[in-house]
Amino acid sequence: MYRWVERVNVGIKKTSLNKLHKEYQAKFVEFAGYEMPIQYKEGIIEEHKFTRAKSGIFDVSHMGQLFIYGEEDLVKDLEKIFPLDLQNLKTNHSKYSFLMNDAAGIHDDLIITKLESCFLIILNAACKENDFEILKQLLNNKYKMVLDEKRSLIAIQGPKSAEILNQIINNTTSLSFMNGDWFEYENQKIFVTRSGYTGEDGFEVSLSNDLAEQFTKRLINKGAKLIGLGARDTLRLEAGLCLYGHELDIKKTPVESNLKWAMSKVRVSNGGFIGSKIISDQLINGTKQIRVGIKPEGKVIAREKTKIFNDSELLIGEVTSGTFGPSVNGPVAMGYVDNKFSEKNTKIFLEIRGKKYPANICGLPFYKKNYVKGANK
Amino acid sequence: MSDFKFSKEHEWLKVEGGIATIGITKHATEMLGDIVFVELPDVGSSVEKDGNAGVVESTKAASDVYTPISGEVVENNQAIVDDPAKINSDPENGAWFFKLKIKDKTEIDSLMNKEEYEKFAKESGS
Repeated sequence: MYRWVERVNVGIKKTSLNKLHKEYQAKFVEFAGYEMPIQYKEGIIEEHKFTRAKSGIFDVSHMGQLFIYGEEDLVKDLEKIFPLDLQNLKTNHSKYSFLMNDAAGIHDDLIITKLESCFLIILNAACKENDFEILKQLLNNKYKMVLDEKRSLIAIQGPKSAEILNQIINNTTSLSFMNGDWFEYENQKIFVTRSGYTGEDGFEVSLSNDLAEQFTKRLINKGAKLIGLGARDTLRLEAGLCLYGHELDIKKTPVESNLKWAMSKVRVSNGGFIGSKIISDQLINGTKQIRVGIKPEGKVIAREKTKIFNDSELLIGEVTSGTFGPSVNGPVAMGYVDNKFSEKNTKIFLEIRGKKYPANICGLPFYKKNYVKGANK
Repeated sequence: MSDFKFSKEHEWLKVEGGIATIGITKHATEMLGDIVFVELPDVGSSVEKDGNAGVVESTKAASDVYTPISGEVVENNQAIVDDPAKINSDPENGAWFFKLKIKDKTEIDSLMNKEEYEKFAKESGS
């Protein structure tokens, strides 16, 4: 009846929480060469709802943690790569950005944080090694670069996360969104940022592998629950967030993917970064296609690669992610459509198993964000 | 459940008179995860043994439903269309998918009994 079977390879990489995932009866999938939990015993919908209501723990240790060490020169050299105003980025502040090629195609999307005398860049698991090589080359091998495999990365997401984390690491509630700091934990320095990818308030904790399991167990003891990649996907999709390899790839630019908010206006108008010519051109002349939110009218789910038609049966685009949104309680999708048909409330049709189902272009996110903008007192 | 028969595609079938009730097994629902959408064959349509007879979608993926025997669809279960979560909670009873007027009774002979199916499900791990 189902053909959906995922096997686990020999020689697959495991994170420091692998044993704990097994204890909590995870179902595993291979993701970017890692054995990762897709869900635990309660299932994706329960895990999703628990994160929105309380606090979910996500093992994102498969993601790359790249430290690049340098001072003023590094800031200038990174500005030749990223469309960011890094000279004015304060220490411990983070920005969402992209590594692009000359055509402004996206190699990867990432979070870059300025630290004392280095930058920390969080990279997608499937892209991290390639990113490392590209960056090494672009920076002419001038700086010490460490893709740190000795550190785990654990995200804690949801409205109770601040309270739970603060009981374990004092004063983490003082952080504001996209802001981080070093904290002392078990006599080691751990880096905590207030960030995440679920549309909820939350934190990402970078700590050494030997602390990962006991730290996670303490979060569980305080009431947080382990959440798998399945719910991570439904959460990020409801929040309208892109996933590399789906919404983003080497053939799409930040303008097409509707992420121009993530680029510094000053940097974009002055240029001088990789892909800047294409970006300026697209900002002036527009793009042929653009990323949009899609809300099917019925219950049918439009999966990735579903073809999108307008009301006169013209093929206008394709779905890049689609699933059932547990908090929305209905199907949700994102995709790319011809710019001419990208207005909100445009009626479209999704071709699923040979039949056309009505849907509408809609704004994003599907589910309203609950980020904490200012620091808690 | 001794009168139940099972297919390698993880459907169950129960015969009463000339009518077979068909659904998906508990084992299948456990592998699929939370079911959020179901499409059933129309009443009056004919389905062929091992042919497509609907779709179930979980949060993870879409999967085809196959019919273990041929026949004419005489009823489909609108309750699971309205609330697909019922398939997870009551797969081998209330959440049946459709009923067929059996075309060829001998097709049932090749299906597994409960014991055989349980062994098959365990061994195939799928």
